[in-house]
Amino acid sequence: MGVFRWVHFMAGVMWIGLLYYFNFVQVAALKNAAADGTAAGISKHVAPRALLFFRWAAVVTWLAGAALLGPRFVPTFTLQPEAAYIGIGAWLGTIMLFNVWALIWPNQKRILGMTPASDDEKNRARRVAFLASRTNVMLSIPMLFFMGAGVHGF
Amino acid sequence: MKNPLDSLWGTVIAGFVLTAVLVVFANNFLIGG
Repeated sequence: MGVFRWVHFMAGVMWIGLLYYFNFVQVAALKNAAADGTAAGISKHVAPRALLFFRWAAVVTWLAGAALLGPRFVPTFTLQPEAAYIGIGAWLGTIMLFNVWALIWPNQKRILGMTPASDDEKNRARRVAFLASRTNVMLSIPMLFFMGAGVHGF
Repeated sequence: MKNPLDSLWGTVIAGFVLTAVLVVFANNFLIGG
């Protein structure tokens, strides 16, 4: 159990750390970089690498969390009273994992040119990926509260 | 109305509000219900 908790924390720090990097640093930096023609350095060399660690850290975090729950997996995800807080945290984390793989990553591939897309499709992909990423920042706040809280929130 | 997620601080505030809502929900409907 201790190993799963350790891996869950390490991968979770990498996942949420990169999520905060994208939202608190890269979005604003890219806007400024686009204005002086230096955005390629970020979008070509930094973003793909950050996204690689971001999306796989999300998977490792979820799997280590599921392993950590062990026999408490079902009571947690069915929000039983004794697992209500961790259950809410687990559901928020699961929704965030879905956002990473179903919304952020496919749309980032269009934005970064890994998947062919027209300019219109790229603009739409930019908006969807941005909102999904911002949604995850919003969800991370209660997710960390409920994950960090004890069984009854103390 | 503007989408709060367009602003970084709107996003953070929305996260704190959502936390409070979920705490009330959990305490009243999941734990105390």
